[in-house]
Amino acid sequence: MLSFILRRTLWAIPTLIVVSFISFLIIQLPPGDYATAYAAELRNGGDYITEAQEEAIRTQLGLNDPVLLQYGRWIGNILFHGDFGQSFHWNAPVSDLIWDRLALTLLLSTLSLVFTWIIAIPIGVYSAQRQYSFLDYLFTVFGFLGKGIPDFLLALVLMWISFIWLNLDVGGLMSPQFEGQPLTWAKFVNILSHIWIPIVVLATGGAAGLIRVMRANMLDELGKPYVETAYAQGLSERQVVWRYPVRVALNPFISTVGWALPALFSGDVITAVVLNLPTTGPLLLQALKMQDMYLAGSFILILSVFTVIGTLISDILLAWSDPRIRYA
Amino acid sequence: MSVDPNHPDLSLEVAAADGEGLYTARPWQLIWWRFRKHRLALASLVFLIFAYTVAIFAEFVAPYSPTSIERLQTFVPPQVVRVWHDGAPHRPFIYELERTRDPVTARVTYVQNRENPIPLKFFVRGEDYKFWGIWRTDLHLFGLDDRRQKVNLLGTDSLGRDLFSRLVYGARVTLSAGLIGVLFAFVLGLFFGSISGYYGGFLDSSIQRLMEFIRSVPTIPLWMGLAAALPIEWDPLFVYVLITLILALIGWTHLARVVRGRFLSLRTEDYVMAARLAGASEYRVITKHMLPSMTSYIIAAMTLAVPEMILGETALSFLGLGLRPPVVSWGVLLQDAQNLRSISLAPWLLTPGLAVVTVVLAFNFLGDGLRDAADPYGH
Repeated sequence: MLSFILRRTLWAIPTLIVVSFISFLIIQLPPGDYATAYAAELRNGGDYITEAQEEAIRTQLGLNDPVLLQYGRWIGNILFHGDFGQSFHWNAPVSDLIWDRLALTLLLSTLSLVFTWIIAIPIGVYSAQRQYSFLDYLFTVFGFLGKGIPDFLLALVLMWISFIWLNLDVGGLMSPQFEGQPLTWAKFVNILSHIWIPIVVLATGGAAGLIRVMRANMLDELGKPYVETAYAQGLSERQVVWRYPVRVALNPFISTVGWALPALFSGDVITAVVLNLPTTGPLLLQALKMQDMYLAGSFILILSVFTVIGTLISDILLAWSDPRIRYA
Repeated sequence: MSVDPNHPDLSLEVAAADGEGLYTARPWQLIWWRFRKHRLALASLVFLIFAYTVAIFAEFVAPYSPTSIERLQTFVPPQVVRVWHDGAPHRPFIYELERTRDPVTARVTYVQNRENPIPLKFFVRGEDYKFWGIWRTDLHLFGLDDRRQKVNLLGTDSLGRDLFSRLVYGARVTLSAGLIGVLFAFVLGLFFGSISGYYGGFLDSSIQRLMEFIRSVPTIPLWMGLAAALPIEWDPLFVYVLITLILALIGWTHLARVVRGRFLSLRTEDYVMAARLAGASEYRVITKHMLPSMTSYIIAAMTLAVPEMILGETALSFLGLGLRPPVVSWGVLLQDAQNLRSISLAPWLLTPGLAVVTVVLAFNFLGDGLRDAADPYGH
């Protein structure tokens, strides 16, 4: 077991290196650099800036150095000083800008994941137990819809519905009057009334897929002799189902935690832009549009690192929960 | 029982029924028989053929050009085509719209003039256009003779552009982007998947690692990063090709996995061994013996990959990182519906979203049906 964990962890290291290099390359891809974008912004604003001044900014920021050198400097600072570089646009260290937002992204993703499971497991079990019943068909339809609706569209529609019919003020994490206030009960309730939309949006897509998986696995398991044995021994249906086949059928949930994370982060980016949430999404989008390279690169890097770690954890969990695959 | 041999459908039906035909039927016939049983998939196929036909003949189907601006017809709500006027049946028509302002909020509203039905005509002469950029004509599928009135089946946007026309033109871009993206992904997936599955060993494990890596990166941020790298001033057509390429760069892993899995299981089949013993080259074994037996699987996997591409394009364009106006795609159209204010003012701006959902669902159903039918010898 220990050697398995060690091996998987070692595998994660080259992945992380490639991830970091690709994040950096992406930032380098656009023609022009931050100096160009900055100069263009100044000129749009009516300011005057000469070519020489532009060049001076470039030299000052070290943008003329070879790509590998810039990369080395960037990753070195991250590893040894925890310094992700400077956001040009915000004129502040990247670390100051991202951790709050990343924390919120992680919180949202975790809540959505939990919510996904809360929906998917009972529904999947029920659908398998009562195959071809009315509710089974209903959940199937829901599953297909959940797969077919883009996150941002669902967010828009929910926002619209809750605005028109529920008269909620939506968008953002809380109502404006609570910004910057200490956490009180009223504020907490207010946040809850805002946060359900992104959680529902993020959970729907994943839940749709997991319901199908859970249902298929349960159908496989329910026909096996050990289930019959359990029935023969006089256990009630509830006892049989929840105690034995469900535990086996849960495997894919554990093994897909790692894949759920990238999907959740991806969904979060778009949903957050639509709902104007203070998570990574809107800032990443803005940074990309502004070619604020260190900010955007750090975001992509950290999100990818989270996913690599998530995959690692789910691999280990899977090996722990199902000894059959440990040495595969 | 007499069978008309010139009626292919009927003879298939009979052949399938009496069992003997079942053994002599070719694989594609078997697949088709099985697919036909999947009603939802069949309906999806018909719907998708319809959607793509509309997209191909967009200029003809759309009553107006997607860019023609109408200053006095902004935010017109969707108009209903009626067939009942003044208590009597009438040929299809719409009521004339009169533009007024709400005296309190000064908001523009439109009132139907119930006195004046304007008949909807088919094959009317309207705006000039170049069909497929080649023939100049002004024939449209439907429209009004009255030049001052417009028929807006899905309403208009903030510039008075007809949403139905834009949706039809957008279908061309969005639907083709899905197919082209899958084509790129298919080439990549087939290449890497077949190498990986056929040779195994070191090549296999390194390609597997590469795929694992791509799967472990959050898609949208990566897409955004790549798409943001495309300069705004590039030709829209070029950007379009690059966007589909970007979608494919990340989307090919799923196809490669399917191909690899099939290859691994086929590699040990007797007929592959026989071909190899007969002295066929590696290339010939792969292309002539192994690939044909997995065509149906690949088609099913490709069908299931199209909606991902369409969703990707829509999401990127929606964020303003994919296709940009003046190109019309469903994602670009949805940009207009980005905030609560415009949706509550003009909910019909969300109809491109509805179109995305229906097409994506249709592809999913079709793919499911194909996947079930893909192995006609199973069960």
